[in-house]
Amino acid sequence: MKIHEYQAKQILKAYGVAVPEGRVVDDPAGAGAAFTELGGELAVVKAQIHAGGRGKGGGVKLVRSADEAKEAAAAIQSKPLITHQTGPNGQPVKTLLVEAGSKIANEYYVGIALDRSVGLPVVMASSEGGVEIEQVAQETPEKILKEPLDPMVGLMPYQARRLAKGIGLRPELWNKATLFFHGLCRAYLEKDMSLAEINPLVVTEDGEIIALDGKMNFDGSGLYRNPDVSAMRDLDEEDATEVEAGDAGLSYVNLDGNIGCLVNGAGLAMATMDLIKLHGGEPANFLDVGGGATKEQVATAFRIILKDPAVKGILVNIFGGILRCTTLAEGIVAAAKEIAISVPLVVRLEGTEVADGRKILEESDVAIITATDMTDAANKIVEAAGAAS
Amino acid sequence: MSILVDRNTKLVIQGMGSAGRFHANQMREYGTQVVAAVRPGKGGQKIEGFPVFDSVAEAVETTGADASAIYVPAGGCLDAILEAADAGIGLCIVITEGIAAADMVKAFQALRRRGSEMRIIGPNCPGIITPGECKIGIMPGYIHQPGRVGVISRSGTLTYEAVWQLSERGIGQSTCIGIGGDQLIGTTHIDALRLFQDDPDTDAVIMIGEIGGTAEEEAAEFIQSNVTKPLAAFIAGQTAPPGKRMGHAGAIISGGSGKAADKIAALEKAGVAVAKSPADLGVTLAEAAGL
Repeated sequence: MKIHEYQAKQILKAYGVAVPEGRVVDDPAGAGAAFTELGGELAVVKAQIHAGGRGKGGGVKLVRSADEAKEAAAAIQSKPLITHQTGPNGQPVKTLLVEAGSKIANEYYVGIALDRSVGLPVVMASSEGGVEIEQVAQETPEKILKEPLDPMVGLMPYQARRLAKGIGLRPELWNKATLFFHGLCRAYLEKDMSLAEINPLVVTEDGEIIALDGKMNFDGSGLYRNPDVSAMRDLDEEDATEVEAGDAGLSYVNLDGNIGCLVNGAGLAMATMDLIKLHGGEPANFLDVGGGATKEQVATAFRIILKDPAVKGILVNIFGGILRCTTLAEGIVAAAKEIAISVPLVVRLEGTEVADGRKILEESDVAIITATDMTDAANKIVEAAGAAS
Repeated sequence: MSILVDRNTKLVIQGMGSAGRFHANQMREYGTQVVAAVRPGKGGQKIEGFPVFDSVAEAVETTGADASAIYVPAGGCLDAILEAADAGIGLCIVITEGIAAADMVKAFQALRRRGSEMRIIGPNCPGIITPGECKIGIMPGYIHQPGRVGVISRSGTLTYEAVWQLSERGIGQSTCIGIGGDQLIGTTHIDALRLFQDDPDTDAVIMIGEIGGTAEEEAAEFIQSNVTKPLAAFIAGQTAPPGKRMGHAGAIISGGSGKAADKIAALEKAGVAVAKSPADLGVTLAEAAGL
């Protein structure tokens, strides 16, 4: 789960990390008032959307008066903000963060993410802050320092000092840097983050260490024990249908094609998309009903797929393990009773209780094209969807 | 005729909720020696004929169980894994999905500190089966046939697909192992490849990967210098749009790494026959192994 920059900074602040003085506002008037309240000569108006690339997209503006702050806010909110991560339609900007400007002496990069190869989160730091860190990682990997983060004891001060010295901080800043790294690491561990990035971390002209930006992602599997983080979720930033699917325990991603897919298991669901494409069709979605789906979930899955007007046929590809074929079959019949499945439906079933599952489908009055194997299923759905469109 | 599990494996079930019970019965029907189930406070009773113990340690002491299958809810898995290790279990198969990554980090760290040699398979996996001898997990048993091909997969249902296609062609399996789709797993592609390479009763191996991470690239490197047996592979997610999350923690494409094309290229370079279609898993293995 992602959160906004201003929320990430609230968390950082609670863990003792210095962030710029700021105000969260929702309109230009608020931005003007925030500038006056901050009382400085310089402030930054920053669009609050989850997607990255806000600066290049025109979502971050330096202002020198309350009027400029108002104008900047109005300009940012006048249209959806388009960045390389938002997609072509962009993302409307509901919320703005107005922050006091900082007198920056130096910029650094700091990040924490799980390193599968060592089985631990790893703290990364680089003197190459503010630029494309992935490019640095590829071209000059030696410029990114790494320290493993042991969750049993946290980051040790010697590790923090090693990072501080390594990125070139002068010794009188090491204590402050240690406090910064310590706070960030505690936040990462205690809140079940999957990613934390401070880019840039800055040292100001008067020797303060400040997190100028903050990006945090959270492990969805850890949210149950972090209700404060769950409360930060902004559903306006997410695809409404994907949210509905998630609430029903389904994993759904909308795509551009016209063949709806209902599959169990993420791997088989991806393979089914590959299969459709190989046979000349285009998948309309990824949909994984999961291992232990109920018939209600299967019915919901059909409703979600059929919401997409582009769908001209549905391919059900189920290999029953935990999900028994009978459950799937009952779900199809229940869905057909509630909603008219107006497009061709190709079903391929194998696995647990397959004979009974096939029988339920045969004895129902739902119009189904049965397939014997995956190639047969792909050929039949591509043909049926082609004929229907 | 197998790796890790066979007819002598004695299994204890941790987590007798509805899924745990259903699969405990399925495993017993398949012929697995399900010798115990753990439910604190219900020791001495029986659930569906399975002897119940208050702890894994008591189950091990009384029954000699050497493997455990974990079906407890995600929040209880760290506890269940360490309880199994402390009870002296040698092989722990974690079926549960949705375990917080931080809990698995702690589990692996704590095992290392205990000097534990317990092998974990999973989490978020279908389990392991040696056809005709022992099934631990949630896979439908009837699709498997005893034989000499090893199966390794990150995905659950795609494993069944591979097995189904092999069995349909009359190609049996030595052992099939679902290693799990999470970022942190106990047994990797490389671990499983090493076991199959060393198993005199495995002649060829099929490996199913998916987009995200670099596990398949690392496996390709390992194969080049360590695996002499014929290999076939498939990578799911060849047509997944970049940047879209596909439901697995591991299935995230980020930047230039984790893409299906990179994985396929690495595997082909290592001499692995890579199937283009998921419908061709069986035939690709058959051709690679000359069966």
